[in-house]
Amino acid sequence: MTGWQTLFYKEVLRFWKVAFQTIAAPVLTSVLYMLIFGHVLEDRVKVYDQVPYTSFLLPGLMMMSVLQNAFANSSSSLIQSKIMGNLVFVLLTPLSHWSWFVAYVGSSIVRGLAVGAGVFFITGWMVHIQFVYPLWILVFAIMGAAMLGALGLIAGLWAEKFDQMAAFQNFIIMPMTFLSGVFYSIHSLPAFWQRLSHFNPFFYMIDGFRYGFFGQSDVSPWTSLTVVATALLLVSAIALHLLRTGYKIRS
Amino acid sequence: MSALSFQSVSKTYPPRSAGASPFKALDRVTLEVQEGEFFGLLGPNGAGKTTLISILAGLVRASEGHVRVHGHDVQADYAAARRLLGVVPQELVFDPFFSVREALKIQSGYFGVRHNDAWVDELLESLGLADKAGANMRQLSGGMKRRVLVAQSLVHKPRVIVLDEPTAGVDVELRQTLWQFIAKLNKQGHTVLLTTHYLEEAEALCGRIAMLKQGQVVALERTSDLLRSATAQVLRLKLDGELPAALRGVARVTGRIVQLPVHNAIEIESHLAAIRAAGLVAEDVEIRQADLEDVFLEVMSRGQTGGQK
Repeated sequence: MTGWQTLFYKEVLRFWKVAFQTIAAPVLTSVLYMLIFGHVLEDRVKVYDQVPYTSFLLPGLMMMSVLQNAFANSSSSLIQSKIMGNLVFVLLTPLSHWSWFVAYVGSSIVRGLAVGAGVFFITGWMVHIQFVYPLWILVFAIMGAAMLGALGLIAGLWAEKFDQMAAFQNFIIMPMTFLSGVFYSIHSLPAFWQRLSHFNPFFYMIDGFRYGFFGQSDVSPWTSLTVVATALLLVSAIALHLLRTGYKIRS
Repeated sequence: MSALSFQSVSKTYPPRSAGASPFKALDRVTLEVQEGEFFGLLGPNGAGKTTLISILAGLVRASEGHVRVHGHDVQADYAAARRLLGVVPQELVFDPFFSVREALKIQSGYFGVRHNDAWVDELLESLGLADKAGANMRQLSGGMKRRVLVAQSLVHKPRVIVLDEPTAGVDVELRQTLWQFIAKLNKQGHTVLLTTHYLEEAEALCGRIAMLKQGQVVALERTSDLLRSATAQVLRLKLDGELPAALRGVARVTGRIVQLPVHNAIEIESHLAAIRAAGLVAEDVEIRQADLEDVFLEVMSRGQTGGQK
């Protein structure tokens, strides 16, 4: 294996060794959401006129799991390594900032997709689900996970203690994923909140992902693709710049 | 070409708080380490040794000056420079997710080194880690973790080995195992840069020594020349009470053992008379040649007056 491949392998091995915590636990959380919300709202809510609520909810929950776990992977790995001091093993190597980026973001994508797939395989049998455009599903899942993996890199580099990391996760990532249309179509929101949702890139990730399942969405998948790609490029550029300059890791 | 080249290297840290002044950790440090040398970098805590090594390793950026490893600049050509370096960090750090063998294989992979199982096995054997290869890093004692740190720094067979206080707080057995192994690598042509607080180790191992004080090089000589440069011999004795005040300023005191620099017989007699006059009994009196610790203390006490040679 080359240098970046080894770092990628090490990052995958790291979360795989604690898979109960990194894979099974978030899958269980999503399954509980599915059971509870599905039970309460199945007979009361229909989305896009004919889609049952649980069928609508499942892709949203899958994408939310993908995004949150992609973020958690790179951010927690970096902050732990910084605080424990073992990041020095990577800092002493000839790995370039591109190698770091590809390895950390790549492993975040793997974990995000693993959790998303886990949610689907555990709950998929409960609902009627279609795959109208599978390629869109894959594109938005990978791009969304990549963006959150890169965002996790930025947070992991910036945070100096677990408290700061928790603040980033609870006050930025969580609200943006919850307020992105996981549990509802934004057409059901008042006009002000609808407009506000259009400024949330997470909304486009989930909307585009859902389009792959139903062939219907709140906005065009091409619009979503453009927004998500732009956000991904921007976040990646920031993460690469921080890695290249050694922000908070090389003094 | 030098194995290591430090050219007028300075490092100034910005003030930690408003009103504080910047801290100059290194001040125009210039020194060269030749290929195959066993080189010692000595100095009291805060002298700048670890900062200098951190700049070499790319963990810290120099404010001024250049550092090269076999001609490769550690900033502009960092990948080539780091491939040639094996650095043992001072802090006892480890990755709790992996076993010893996994940690070594992963570290090899970072350097793009594959199929090095024979070398990994040799490292495990030579550093007394063979029976711990499958153990998780968390299960190891402090001494064992230190051995793994050394092994990790050597997985890619670096031409230059940098050891930042590798024997701090470890037992005699590890020290002996480690020095035997490092000396063997040095004989095979690997350059070694060592910082240590155990001056007897530096005296025994290092062909040349640089001493740092407050970020500046205050001595840079062959170890044998440094020892020859000592101006005094040492009067060593054991005392049953507190040393007279007149002698305290010049003495090295370790428990009951007192060591005083002496230049001639009159000075010896004068010191012993002062001890007798204080009503103290001196035992095990002997006169010995100055060792590196004496030279170190002498150099540090005269500050920069010794100058860079």
